[in-house]
Amino acid sequence: MKTEFRPGSPGGTGLKKMTLVFALLALSQGHGQELKVDPITDSILPISLEEIILISSYKRMLEHKSQHKPLSTLDAYLESSKKVKTIKRGAYAWEPVLNDMTTERLAVTIDGMRIFGACTDRMDPITSYVDVSNLSAVHVVSGQQGTEHGATIGGAIDLRLEKSNFRPEGWSGIVETGGETNNEAQILGGELNYSDERFYADTDIIYRKAENYVAGGGEEIAFSQFEKYNLSVNAGYKVSDDQKLLASFIFDEARDVGYPALPMDVSLARAFIGSLSWVQDDFIGDFQDWETKLYANSITHIMDDSQRPDVAIRMDMPGWSDTYGFYSQAQLKWDKHSFLVKMDGFYNRSLAEMTMFPNNPNQPEMFMLTWPDVRTLNAGFFAEDVIELKKSSLELTTRVAVQNFNIADEFGLNSLRIFYPEVTQYQTRLLKSVSAHYRKKFKQLSFNGGLSYGDRAPSVSEGFGFYLFNSFDNHDYIGDPDLKNEKAIEANAKISLPLKKLQLGLEGNYFHTMDFIIGEVNPDLGVMTIGAEGVKIYTNLDHANLYNIALDAEYEITPELSCTGLVSYHRGTDQDGRNLPFISPLAYNAMLQYTQGDFSGSLTMRGAADQVNFNPVFGEDRTGAYTVFSLSLGKAFSINDDDVHVKAGVENIFDEFYSTYSDWNNIPRMGRNFYMTVSYAIN
Amino acid sequence: MKTIKFLLASLIISLSFISCNSDSDDPIVIDENPLADFTLLTSFTANNHTIEVYSEQSQFSVGYNELFLRFKDEATDSYISNATVSWTPMMHMTEMMHSCPKSAVTKTDDASVYKGFAVFQMPGNTDEYWELELEYSVNGQTYNVAQRIEVKAPVDGNKTVNVFMGADDSRYVLAMMPLKPKVAINDFSAVLFKMENMMTFSEVNNFKVMIDPRMPGMGNHGSPNNEDLTYDASAKMYTGKLSLTMTGYWKINLKVENENAEILKGEDVSDENESSSLFFEIEF
Repeated sequence: MKTEFRPGSPGGTGLKKMTLVFALLALSQGHGQELKVDPITDSILPISLEEIILISSYKRMLEHKSQHKPLSTLDAYLESSKKVKTIKRGAYAWEPVLNDMTTERLAVTIDGMRIFGACTDRMDPITSYVDVSNLSAVHVVSGQQGTEHGATIGGAIDLRLEKSNFRPEGWSGIVETGGETNNEAQILGGELNYSDERFYADTDIIYRKAENYVAGGGEEIAFSQFEKYNLSVNAGYKVSDDQKLLASFIFDEARDVGYPALPMDVSLARAFIGSLSWVQDDFIGDFQDWETKLYANSITHIMDDSQRPDVAIRMDMPGWSDTYGFYSQAQLKWDKHSFLVKMDGFYNRSLAEMTMFPNNPNQPEMFMLTWPDVRTLNAGFFAEDVIELKKSSLELTTRVAVQNFNIADEFGLNSLRIFYPEVTQYQTRLLKSVSAHYRKKFKQLSFNGGLSYGDRAPSVSEGFGFYLFNSFDNHDYIGDPDLKNEKAIEANAKISLPLKKLQLGLEGNYFHTMDFIIGEVNPDLGVMTIGAEGVKIYTNLDHANLYNIALDAEYEITPELSCTGLVSYHRGTDQDGRNLPFISPLAYNAMLQYTQGDFSGSLTMRGAADQVNFNPVFGEDRTGAYTVFSLSLGKAFSINDDDVHVKAGVENIFDEFYSTYSDWNNIPRMGRNFYMTVSYAIN
Repeated sequence: MKTIKFLLASLIISLSFISCNSDSDDPIVIDENPLADFTLLTSFTANNHTIEVYSEQSQFSVGYNELFLRFKDEATDSYISNATVSWTPMMHMTEMMHSCPKSAVTKTDDASVYKGFAVFQMPGNTDEYWELELEYSVNGQTYNVAQRIEVKAPVDGNKTVNVFMGADDSRYVLAMMPLKPKVAINDFSAVLFKMENMMTFSEVNNFKVMIDPRMPGMGNHGSPNNEDLTYDASAKMYTGKLSLTMTGYWKINLKVENENAEILKGEDVSDENESSSLFFEIEF
């Protein structure tokens, strides 16, 4: 998209433009304040296809009511949303799925910062390196509308950090604690914040420890324990009235994390995440809201099997991922146009090793590089134009990026040359995305529709992975550096019908993905991992088609009592009609919510139909239907002017033994679980 | 990494400094030993000549040995550069004697250095020993010498030579060439000799050596994209490609096929059969 705009007509004529996100946040918080419409955590706001999962708000009351289970893991928050599903390999570090697509097809960011997991087996999605204590909200955007922070196919998940943001509140502190019966989880957290109009500093700390959980019916799931601590500091200083310097830092460490669905556990997963931003209201010419951020993050992830009693061979698999990046963006309003332009770039280094210890002590250790120190350099340009039309708006976005891969380690390069003798050390790819989105409001009905095209480069595993064992389909995976970029044409539409007491929404999207990247069996290759069935090579399929349809409804029975429901259907096949893996069966959920004064309560039902469309080639089997119920009750008190929020509930009330299509190796989910959290806010 | 680079750089700088110094202080160039980087395995004196045997290895090893010879004339204290040399390594066993596969001894680029290879099939012991018989001519005069040498099992204990009876009732010696293995596709080569009699070993140049590298320490898995060894007439050895996907102990299972595509020795590796009777071993 060209960014030619005539200077002139500043501010005055144009609408006071806020970013969409801001508008939505304000909207939801506005509702919250009046407590007329409860902003349930996963409310899809009517204007956009964006979903905002509210995690923390300076309006504590709002936060308290909006959450069924405060202090639960971020994974649980994500899973309670409408659009995000998760793949589980245990009780910790669930991998987010959006539009039936996972990590490599999504752009997952923390406050716009790129960050990449260090585990070759996807045991450390980015969401595992932050905690709810760090966050104010999670912004979920579907498809190419999510390219603001990076190239994506399925969409973007941006984890927004919580900041006091110069609100004149002085000192405030919160002590929170929670417990769960099923896995003896203990959660202890605290916040200490100071904020005035010139300066703020927020600190928070949280500690979680959980033992093995018990599935429905009483079976203990061995190696499902975890322990994690997280510390974060956020600070801001107003250099002048329209200039701000912001800094953020997160330290997150998990130890002794069991992965019951996998043959290995994690002894250490640690992240340092830091950023420095400069924000000023005015910029060159008519550009406004200039924001520049520099960031760096470093992840260490150590997989080991030292706790497992029976393994064919002992091994260590450490991985490292360091990312350095920046972005700089500004906005411009001109007539009916609201532009956002952004330059960004990142440099990532991904290295992973595998050392195997032979049972015969006379033999030397076996060593290989599973990620050959891949250096990814990406520089991109993003532009967005929201055009206000009569009772409608048109949003155009584009991203162009250049991505360079460098296989920096000679050992790793030689390893890859076993399969690809001609592979070069460097390669450069051009990534591009365009999308158009139209919104129209009719009398009773609003319509949203969009068309877009985008592509993505292969991930480090897909391009350069060397014998990565996938325990789901029991195959070793080899990357292919010559893979073509995956490209998707996407169409989406949503119709919202807000009636007096009933709101209806019907939403659908369709992805026609060309050169779809997936592992295919190569029968000529022998396995490396003991017990593996075969070797798969990442390959470009000719194309794959994916669609998702969701119908959701909300009915206000009385001002205090409301009922919401959602049914979604998903389908994914390749050019030969083969089912793609990890596509949700028909899924549904419904919730009855009661709110009056300081009291809130909810009864939730979640379930799925039989997984009819599965594919054994990818390790899938037919997962049975299930329905589970949860109950949550909350009450707010006041003690000496301090606010106390108590929430208690029970999940999986009927102790159903079940697993879902996205549970790795059919690992059963948690059985009946009672929980309680207490949050004490010192004003 | 940076520190290493820095150290390397400073080392190179200081080294060049030292060498510059010695150049200016000591302009007389000493006759440097062209085999200074090799190990002097043995030296012995006969016929008023001192004979030096060098190798890249630290010992005479069972298997393929590339050996370098120098002849020093004690009378003139200089190395002889116009000799014709032939040799016969001889194993003195308690009951009999036999030789081993060997190349001719040829001159190298440095006229005072001669080289060749020998494939020792077995180590010596207290009762049995190897002797290196040398015949060399200098200026029309022929000299003979025999020197006992100590051939030992390889330091790492790995098997690099196979002596076998083929299905054709002939005896063969198959030895792998020294290899610095890497996790990569390695150039891999071997020599194959037919034992005509106790003293004569003839080079076989129309067979094929099939390789199947495996890791017995890890489920006996293999590796992709190996190339069987075929005879390369210019290099006078069997060459192919050996793919190693990780460091560690590898067993390279072998099958030897003759010109009629008949397997003379060696078996396929399968779930039931963990190893061929013919194999090499490497470790790194």
